[in-house]
Amino acid sequence: MSVITAPDDDPRPSLVLVLALLGGALLLAAAASLQVGASGVSALGVLTGAELGTRDRVILWDIRLPRLILGALVGAALAVSGAVLQGLFRNPLADPGVVGVTAGAGLGAVLAILLGGAWFAGPWLVPLAAFAGGWITTLALYRVATRNGQTSIATLLLAGIGVAALAGAGTGLVLFVADDAQLRDITFWGLGSLAGATWGKLAVAGPIIAAALVTAPALARGLDALALGEAAALHLGIRTERLKSVAILIAAAATGAAVAVSGGIAFVGIVAPHLLRLTIGPGHRALLPAAALLGATLLLLADLVARTVVAPAELPIGIVTALVGAPVFLWLLLGRRGFGDL
Amino acid sequence: MLRAEGITVTLGKHAVLRDLAFAAAPGQLTAVVGPNGSGKTTLLRVLTGEIRGAGRVTLDGEDMARLAPWRLALRRAVLPQVARLAFPFTLREVVAMGLAAGASAGRPEVIAAALGAVDLAARGAAAFGTLSGGEQARGHLARALAQVWEPVAEGRPAWLLLDEPVASLDIGHQLLVMRRVAAYARAGGGVVAVMHDLNLTAMFADRVFLLDAGGVAAAGTPSEVLTDGLLSRAYRAGLRVNRAPPDGQVFLLPQAAS
Repeated sequence: MSVITAPDDDPRPSLVLVLALLGGALLLAAAASLQVGASGVSALGVLTGAELGTRDRVILWDIRLPRLILGALVGAALAVSGAVLQGLFRNPLADPGVVGVTAGAGLGAVLAILLGGAWFAGPWLVPLAAFAGGWITTLALYRVATRNGQTSIATLLLAGIGVAALAGAGTGLVLFVADDAQLRDITFWGLGSLAGATWGKLAVAGPIIAAALVTAPALARGLDALALGEAAALHLGIRTERLKSVAILIAAAATGAAVAVSGGIAFVGIVAPHLLRLTIGPGHRALLPAAALLGATLLLLADLVARTVVAPAELPIGIVTALVGAPVFLWLLLGRRGFGDL
Repeated sequence: MLRAEGITVTLGKHAVLRDLAFAAAPGQLTAVVGPNGSGKTTLLRVLTGEIRGAGRVTLDGEDMARLAPWRLALRRAVLPQVARLAFPFTLREVVAMGLAAGASAGRPEVIAAALGAVDLAARGAAAFGTLSGGEQARGHLARALAQVWEPVAEGRPAWLLLDEPVASLDIGHQLLVMRRVAAYARAGGGVVAVMHDLNLTAMFADRVFLLDAGGVAAAGTPSEVLTDGLLSRAYRAGLRVNRAPPDGQVFLLPQAAS
């Protein structure tokens, strides 16, 4: 018996519709992000032909716009890194933080702050050191967890915990010898913020993140097959070793670059893919581009909250994402409990 | 032909397969039987290219070690003994993964046909994890069937390598599945199945390999291999086979064991 009809009971919404909706949401968030701010400058006013003073032009062009673009890129990078690592580890709880990229980047950043980055190499030293720390950590981790060309996912996860602990201890040592001003810098960097966004930082992180976002969808079929296990993926024609290497590279590059320019922004990498899997399903062909759009939108909204609730001061964005993200994450855990192991 | 020569696989210090030779012909259902731990699954993993030991495996004359995974995927599909799915894919999405890897990619109607072949036509939209164990096993078989849907493609046989395809199925679905894969072999494809059920093996296999302690204890037609002496020695039990009246087919009752 063969039934040759298009399935009309497909539970998934169409990919085009989902991407259009998410794209629309991102545009709205971006418009709001440009429009709203402590200074009261209106971006909408520009559209209606109002003249901009020099101060207003600086606020829109050199403060809000780079911050908007950087926020969108960082959100997309964190969400796509999360989705890629979760696919790689076959576990929806895997996160850039779990494999140690965040911890390694953090160690790099605090070392740079301690060694006097603020005076001597301008605003570039901390981001670059954070990026290098995350990158080196991931490479070292991969070397530890890979033997004879085979990466054991379990070993990688456990090694990630070990590496994160080691980087955390290193960070603790640095904190111990830091002075009060450095401690304040380090603490705020760790909480995460987009406040320091400049065209310069964008030029450092933007190309790396963009490259990772563009490359990631090529992993879609491989990550889908990997959900059946490494052996089954191999039987489905996937070069599993190459898939794993590329996935780790993409995730490390995107997370390293994102953490370098924005500090420790947590939960976007777990929450965005999780929410999407609940609505559009786990297929990576849809999940990866959708995660990029949703991650960007969520981070712009979080940033909007961060810089308006206590204006003219602003909250570190990491606090906002954790305040919103952690309960959502726990709620998701509760909902999935008993639904097989996570 | 799917041929393996001089296969030795050592896991830890234990030699799981010792200098084993195996051959399966297209157009036939070749069953691999033997007691627990005799090396059946390891042999199948060698035949799929998943693990490589000493020795040589050739698929229709080509060295398996030199075939890229994606080329291999066009020519043979594998049903593993256990496959745990990590994310909540639907049954149809799982079968589509097989289709995408195989030579019939681009023929979406194969998905429904493969689901129909394993009696899951109505369950395509169900989350895979909500299916029963037997339904999941049939779902994975549908995935393998979709991957090598045509038993002969471009003049070459396609292969189904199945690890215990009926172990978790009820008797009705055991018969359904065995008939389906036997028909696949009759249509020109090659089928290798690791089997525990000796009666179904006797009914459907064209050729049987009896493994014991990592070697081939016997190979031949079911009536040559499924004998009192060979089975009793391999399974360490006093087994007595019988023959059903009309065509003399071998069958075995545990009640007759001594």
